[in-house]
Amino acid sequence: MSLKLRSAILFLTALAWLCAGMAGRASGQAVEGSHPTDIFSPVSTPAHSIYDLALFVLVVCAAIFVTVFCLLVYSVVKYRKRPGDDGREPPQIYGSNQIELAWTVIPVLIVVVLFLAAARVIHGLEDARMPAGTTEVTAVGHQFWWEYRYPQYGFTAANELHVSVSDPAHPTPTHITLLSADTDHSFWVPKLAGKTDLIPNRINHTWIDPHETGVYLGQCAQYCGTQHAKMLLRIIVESRADFDRWVAEQQQPARADNTTKGRQIFETTACVNCHTVAGTNAHGTFGPDLTHLMSRETIAAGAALNTAENLRRWIQNPDYFKPGSLMPAMQLDEPDLDAVTEYLTTLN
Amino acid sequence: MGEAELIPRSLTAAPVRDAALPFFDRVSGWITTVDHKRLGILYIGYALVFLVIGGIEATIMRIQLIRPHNHFVSPEVFNQMFTMHGTTMIFFVAMPVLFGFINYAVPLMIGARDMAFPRLNAWGFWMTAFGGIILYFSFLGGSGLYGAGGAPDVGWFAYAPLTAPVFSVGHSTDYWIIGLLISGFGSVATGINFITTVLCMRCPGMTLGKMPLFVWLNLVTGVLVLLAMGPLTAAQIMLLIDRYLGGHFFDTQAGGSAIIWMHFFWVFGHPEVYILIMPAFAFLSEIVPVFSRKPIFGYPIMVAASICIAFISMSVWAHHMFTVGMTSWGNAFFVASTAAIAVPTGIKIFNWLGTMWGGKIVFKVPMLFCIAFLFQFLIAGLTGIMLGAAPFNWQLSGSYFVVAHFHYVIVGGILFALFAGFYYWFPKMSGRMLSEKLGKWHFWLFLIGFHLTFDFMHIPGLLGMPRRIYTYEPDRGWDIWNLIVTIGVAFQAAGVLVFVYNLISSYFTGELAGNDPWDAWTLEWSTSSPPPDYNFAKIPVVRSRRPLWDLKHPEDPDWKYE
Repeated sequence: MSLKLRSAILFLTALAWLCAGMAGRASGQAVEGSHPTDIFSPVSTPAHSIYDLALFVLVVCAAIFVTVFCLLVYSVVKYRKRPGDDGREPPQIYGSNQIELAWTVIPVLIVVVLFLAAARVIHGLEDARMPAGTTEVTAVGHQFWWEYRYPQYGFTAANELHVSVSDPAHPTPTHITLLSADTDHSFWVPKLAGKTDLIPNRINHTWIDPHETGVYLGQCAQYCGTQHAKMLLRIIVESRADFDRWVAEQQQPARADNTTKGRQIFETTACVNCHTVAGTNAHGTFGPDLTHLMSRETIAAGAALNTAENLRRWIQNPDYFKPGSLMPAMQLDEPDLDAVTEYLTTLN
Repeated sequence: MGEAELIPRSLTAAPVRDAALPFFDRVSGWITTVDHKRLGILYIGYALVFLVIGGIEATIMRIQLIRPHNHFVSPEVFNQMFTMHGTTMIFFVAMPVLFGFINYAVPLMIGARDMAFPRLNAWGFWMTAFGGIILYFSFLGGSGLYGAGGAPDVGWFAYAPLTAPVFSVGHSTDYWIIGLLISGFGSVATGINFITTVLCMRCPGMTLGKMPLFVWLNLVTGVLVLLAMGPLTAAQIMLLIDRYLGGHFFDTQAGGSAIIWMHFFWVFGHPEVYILIMPAFAFLSEIVPVFSRKPIFGYPIMVAASICIAFISMSVWAHHMFTVGMTSWGNAFFVASTAAIAVPTGIKIFNWLGTMWGGKIVFKVPMLFCIAFLFQFLIAGLTGIMLGAAPFNWQLSGSYFVVAHFHYVIVGGILFALFAGFYYWFPKMSGRMLSEKLGKWHFWLFLIGFHLTFDFMHIPGLLGMPRRIYTYEPDRGWDIWNLIVTIGVAFQAAGVLVFVYNLISSYFTGELAGNDPWDAWTLEWSTSSPPPDYNFAKIPVVRSRRPLWDLKHPEDPDWKYE
C-alpha cells in the first residue's frame, strides 16, 4: 500500500470523526423531536448556559485538533523514509528549549481561559438565587422510580413531574431538592439541565426554568441496580393555568367508590403495604402514590403506556415490562385481577 | 572500559532452549520461576487470556445493544457483563500486561541481571493471578443483586450503597472485593520492586539522567502504583468490615457516607489511569525514536512532564464526581487541576512530534501503531478537556460520551501502544519476528474497528444515552449509532484474531530476529534474542542514553552532547 494512501486513510478517519458529530447534530435538527434528549437543544437556563460553554470549549478543542492534526500529518508524510534513501541516519537533534517553552506557555494560556469560562458558568448555575414565585419540588429516587413531593401544595406525585413554564422576563423556576431512598441515582433531563446525583443520606439541589411547554424526557444516569435502564424521567411543562389546574386535582383525595370489589381486594392484599391512595386506608410509601394514577401517561416509571391492558399485565407480571423491578407479581386470580384493574382505572 | 566490550562474545551463541526437558519439568520451571523475563511473559500471557474474556463480555453487551428493546441477555446478565468487563480489563488485562512488559524490559534496559527482589516479583505475579481466578470463580460461587446468581453486578467502581448487604445479597460483591484486594497486594509489591530496581540496579555509568525514557516513565509508574493502591485497598477493607462486621463506613442507612466511597475509589481510580498510560508513554518514547531514526526530542522536559503528570494526577480525582453536588469552589478547583494536567500531557505529544520531525520515518508495524496512538490520544485528550469543564461534564458524565472518551484513552491509546510494544519486543522475547504482513492486516482491521466503534459511540452520549443501561427506548434517535458501534466490534475481533494467530505462527515459524532487528539503541538489543539467563554475562558500562548508538557510531557518540 502506498504511503500517500495510508496518510489519506488516517486523515479521512479523523475527518470522519468530526463529520459524524456534525451529521448527528444536523439530523437532529432536521427531524425535530427525533432526538428528545439531545444535550444541544436547550430550552432552560441551566442547559442553555452549559450549551454556550460547550460551544466555546468545542471551538477551542477544534482549533487545537486541527493544528496538531496538521502538524502530525505533515511530519509523518514529509519525514517518511523515501525509496532510494542513502541509508544514512538523519541529523541527531536532541531538543530545543525555545520550542519547549512555546509549547508550554501557549497551552497554559488556553487552560487559564478555559478555567475562567467554566468557573463563570459553575458560579452562575450553582450559586443562583431562586426568585419569589419559585416552585419547590422534592424528588426522591427509588429503585426504580421517582417520587415527587410538592411541599408548597401538600401532595405527592410519582414518575411524571409537572412544572409550569417560565417566562424568561419574569422567571418562575422550579427548584428541585434531590434525595434518595436507597441507592445512588442521577436526575438528567438533557434539554433542561445537566445531571445531579441523588445520594442517600445527602441533600442535593438542582433547578430548571423551561421556556417552552411540552414533554421533556430523560432517565436515571447513575447505575442504581437491575432496572436502572427503565427508570425513565418525564417532565411535563405546562402553562401556569394548566399547572394550577393539575395541582388542584392532585390535592384532592381519591374519588373512588368504596363499595367496589376491586377496592376491597386492593385494600385487603399486600398492595397497601407499598402504595398510597389518599382518602383510603392505603398508606404504603415504598411504591408510587396511586391516588391520581390515571392522570399519568405512563406506568412503571415510563416503561409502559398507562392503559387498562398494560396495568393489568403489570399487576399480573411486572417482569413482563421490567424484569427485576421491586413490584411483586400479585398472584391474583383472573376475576380479582380484572376487578383491581378496574378499581385502579377509576383513580383519576 | 570501552564500548567495544559492551556485547560479551560469550553471549553471541544461541541460548539453550528448555524444549529438551520433560513436560512436567518445563511446567514446574515456569511455575517456580523467579526470572524477570519468564515472569514478564507469564504476566503477558495471563493478560492475553483475560483480554479475550473481557472482549467476549464486551461483545455480549454490544449484541444486546444492537437495537432497542433487544432480548439477547437479561438485565441481570448485562449488569454482570459491564461490571466484569470493566474490572477485568483494568485489573487483569491492562495492569498485568503492562507490568509484564516492564518486568521484561526494565532490567535489560538498565543492564541488570534481574529485578531487585526476584522472589517478591514472583509473589506479585501469583497474587495478581489468584485475584483474577477468585474474581472469575464468582460465576460459580457468587450471587448478586436480588440473589440473581453469578458474577459481581455493582459496576467496576462499585458505588456505595449498592454494595451494602441489603442491596447486594449473596457473595458476588465479596468476590469482587477479595479478588481486587489480593491482586492489589501483588501490585504494591510490584510497584516497590520497580522503584527499587530502577534506583539500585542500574549498570555502571547509567545515572538517572542517562536512563532510557522507558525506565524513567516506569519509575514514575511504580511510584504511582505505590501511592494509588493504598486508598483502594483501604476502601475494600472498610467495605468488608461494613458487610461482615457491622461497620457503617458506607452504609447510608446507618449514617454512613456514599460520597466517602467515591473519594476513596477515585483517589485510586484517577492515578490508575496514569498507571496505565505511563507505560504506554514509555513504549512510544522508545519506539518513535527508533523508527524515526532520531533520539527522543527534549529528554529532560519529557522526564519533567512525566513527574509533573504524576503529581497533578493525585489531585484531579473529583472530576469523576462533578455531579455529586460539590460546592462551586470544590468544582472550580477540580476544573483547574484537571485542565492543568493537559499541559504536561500536551508537551509529551509535542515532543513525540518533535522526535519525528526531521527524521526518516520507517513504517514498520510498531510505528504504525504508534502513529495511530498519537492521533487517537490527541482526540482522547480533547474530549478529556470537554469532560473536565465541570458544567459541560454535567451533561456528558455518566453518558456514552464518557464511555467513548475513556475507551479512546484505553483502547485508542494504551492498547495501540501495547500492540506496538508486542511487535517491537516480541523478537527479543521469542527470537523470531512477528509477520509484518499479518501485522498490517491486524493494524488496519483493528484501526477500522476501533474507529467504527468508538468514534460513533460519542454520539449517543451527546443525544442523552446514559451508560450501563441494558436496553433503551426506540424513540430517542440512538438506534443507528448503536448499530454502527456494534458493527465495529466485528472488525476489532477480527484484528485480534489475526494478532493471536500471528503470535502463535510466528513463534514457531517466524523469521529469526537476531540480537538487534530494529537497529535500536538501548541495552536489551545488545544481548541475544531471547536473552540468556541473567541477561548479561558481563555487566555493561554505558556513557549515554543510547549506548548502542555510541557503539555503532564511534565517530559521533551521544555522550559528547548530553
